Amino acid sequence: MTASPWPEGMSKAIGNRSFVVGLTITGIVAIMAVLSFVWTPYAVGTLDIAGKLKPPSWSHWLGTDHYGRDILSMIMVGSRNSIAVAFVSVAIGLAIGVPLGLWAAARGGWIDELLMRLNDLVFAFPALLSAVMITAVFGPGAINAIIAIGIFNIPVFARVARGAALSLWPREFILGARACGKGAARITIEHVLPNIANLLVVQATIQFSLGILAEAGLSYVGLGSQPPMPSWGRMLFEAQTMIGLAPHMALFPGLAIVITVLGLNLLGDGLRDVLDPRLRRER
Amino acid sequence: MNNFAKSALVGAALALLTSSAAFAARADLVLGIVLEPPHIDPTAGAAAAIDEIVYANIFEGLTRIGPKGEVLPALAESWTLSDDGKTYTFKLHKDVKFHDGTSFDAEDVKFSLDRARGGDSTNAQKGLFAAIDTVEVVDPLTVKVTLKQPSGDFLYNMGWGDAVIVAPESAQTNKEKPIGTGPFKFDSWAKGSQIVISKNAAYWGKPALLDKATFRIIPDPAAATAALLAGDVQAFPVFPSYETIAQFEADPRFKVVIGTTEGETILGMNNKKPPFDNLKVRQAIAHAIDRKALIDGAMFGLGTPIGSFFPPHHPAYIDLTSQTAFDPELSKKLLAEAGHPDGFKTTLKLPPPTYARRGGEIIAAELRDVGIQAEIVPLEWAQWLDQVFKNKDYDMTIVSHTEPNDLNIFARDDYYFNYDNPAFKDLIKQIEATSDDAKRTELYQEAQKILATDVPAAFLFQLPKTGVWDAKIEGLWENGPIQANDLTAVKWAD
Repeated sequence: MTASPWPEGMSKAIGNRSFVVGLTITGIVAIMAVLSFVWTPYAVGTLDIAGKLKPPSWSHWLGTDHYGRDILSMIMVGSRNSIAVAFVSVAIGLAIGVPLGLWAAARGGWIDELLMRLNDLVFAFPALLSAVMITAVFGPGAINAIIAIGIFNIPVFARVARGAALSLWPREFILGARACGKGAARITIEHVLPNIANLLVVQATIQFSLGILAEAGLSYVGLGSQPPMPSWGRMLFEAQTMIGLAPHMALFPGLAIVITVLGLNLLGDGLRDVLDPRLRRER
Repeated sequence: MNNFAKSALVGAALALLTSSAAFAARADLVLGIVLEPPHIDPTAGAAAAIDEIVYANIFEGLTRIGPKGEVLPALAESWTLSDDGKTYTFKLHKDVKFHDGTSFDAEDVKFSLDRARGGDSTNAQKGLFAAIDTVEVVDPLTVKVTLKQPSGDFLYNMGWGDAVIVAPESAQTNKEKPIGTGPFKFDSWAKGSQIVISKNAAYWGKPALLDKATFRIIPDPAAATAALLAGDVQAFPVFPSYETIAQFEADPRFKVVIGTTEGETILGMNNKKPPFDNLKVRQAIAHAIDRKALIDGAMFGLGTPIGSFFPPHHPAYIDLTSQTAFDPELSKKLLAEAGHPDGFKTTLKLPPPTYARRGGEIIAAELRDVGIQAEIVPLEWAQWLDQVFKNKDYDMTIVSHTEPNDLNIFARDDYYFNYDNPAFKDLIKQIEATSDDAKRTELYQEAQKILATDVPAAFLFQLPKTGVWDAKIEGLWENGPIQANDLTAVKWAD
């Protein structure tokens, strides 16, 4: 049971269309973000007012914005921002939510009850609205956006981890481990966690795409990262009043968000099909 | 049902009903405004949004400012000035009534002026009344105002929104339910949405041509554009979306009127806080800014560059922009001389208007080019007023000062610039005591030169008045000589 699903999964993965397409799109976005550290077609901090609002051309593939900045360069650097915010907020959710969920499953009783009710409390708030509230109180900026989005990832991972762990605890191999005298903490780390890892990976992919959307939403209302750091959400906001003059300003950051989120969702779907042992048996 | 179908149906119904009668001219108007006023008593607040609703519509003063910035008679039908230049005798209009039915007479004038300059006055512009020594009631229709010294500005000052005449019976409640003498009376205020005023049938002077006017609060530029295009709002006297103006210009249904305002847009600097206490640093910042790029980028070409704190349409204006011309190399050299060869880190606090937010992004980029790293901090208006304006907790900020004749703010003690130049203060005192036009012009020019040399702030551009309204509307002001939307002569063309 603790054996890796990969050798068998590999061929299955290559045959899974949504996994392949999702991985390709996500890979391209990731490469774009990494590339932007060393190279962008134009520097994003430099303005060229005389060359503003130019439609796509050979010199500016995606056109220029209202300050004459190259939109392709902005999208490349902006992807860094989106990925960083989404990544760290997922990491926060994993790092805090998973131990809480595992703890609740291992101990049961009033601890389980308390943790899950606290979870429900956080869950009950609409995530994006509360994120707006948090950034409004503590000030706009990328760090606060990460914290705000991260907080709402905690209960998601706590639930997934608890649910999956609870279904494992009555199983024979866990009983066996207990019979050998292993403690709850050791069993959790050695036996429970490896067996729910695939579920967590799938959930992380989905939360990652939600994180990208949330970051875009917060920047759109001016609460995400601040200029001059480009961000997709703010690019959309700035394009809003220029839509009649320069539709490309809204089109490309919008497409960037749609494609990235689509890619991550396909990847998540594909991963679930590939990794879920139950599905594997049923097919 | 979509709007078109709806209006077509309504139109058809109306046509049936009134097919024999001629259509009466339309008599209602919805105006868009960007900011909601905190309250609507012009004698108790500095917010331009107050005057933009009540000035000349609800409240009137002894005099009023006309569309060209000229002084016109209002509640005072005429006045005489004594030979020593210190005593004004105002003859008041008769049969004037406040909106609540109480009558207006010389006692109300004395009450209003004494209240505005009294010790517990909450007037935002007490300086307007500083020259007044005594106010005497001669008879119910005559008031005598004696000044401490002759003042060239007095009649103009009495035309400000802050100097309107209020009644003792209603002075306390004007913030929520303003009672004035004007051609319109206050109707209702739905907070966050709109303020409605309607025609005052008992008005003493030429009656208003509109029956009802609604000021709808629309802070978002994109929503402002949509509201105008949909016809929900028929006039935006100060339209906030500069980039869509070209679109309205090309549309025959709309009229676009680009006028001037008294708004000097500046990059304010905290003159007492290092490194801004160093003249060379302030000069370096001024030289790092390309005004043309700023106007093109932030304002879509609308706006006139200024080199000092004075509006270009004023007869005493001199163009001093060359004194702080765009010159990054000179800027770097000045920074090095000031002991900051590698620049420094600072913050730039920006209030919500488009000119500030966009201008800030451009200026921050230009400052980066000379080595100054300015972190942008966006603020809401209330935060800006508290942090920057009141507590002077800032390095740099961008704001437009839209009051007329406001050169004297650089002479104020404890103003947010923290600028303190005794020579300039003396000059402002002299200007206030001078009534000879030629001499005043000379003094105004000297004052402009001092500011251009001292660079207490970087002077950017004069804010344009970007009016967009339905082509069939007549009578709205082209320029903004004072914060106002005077609706007294506004009507729909037949």
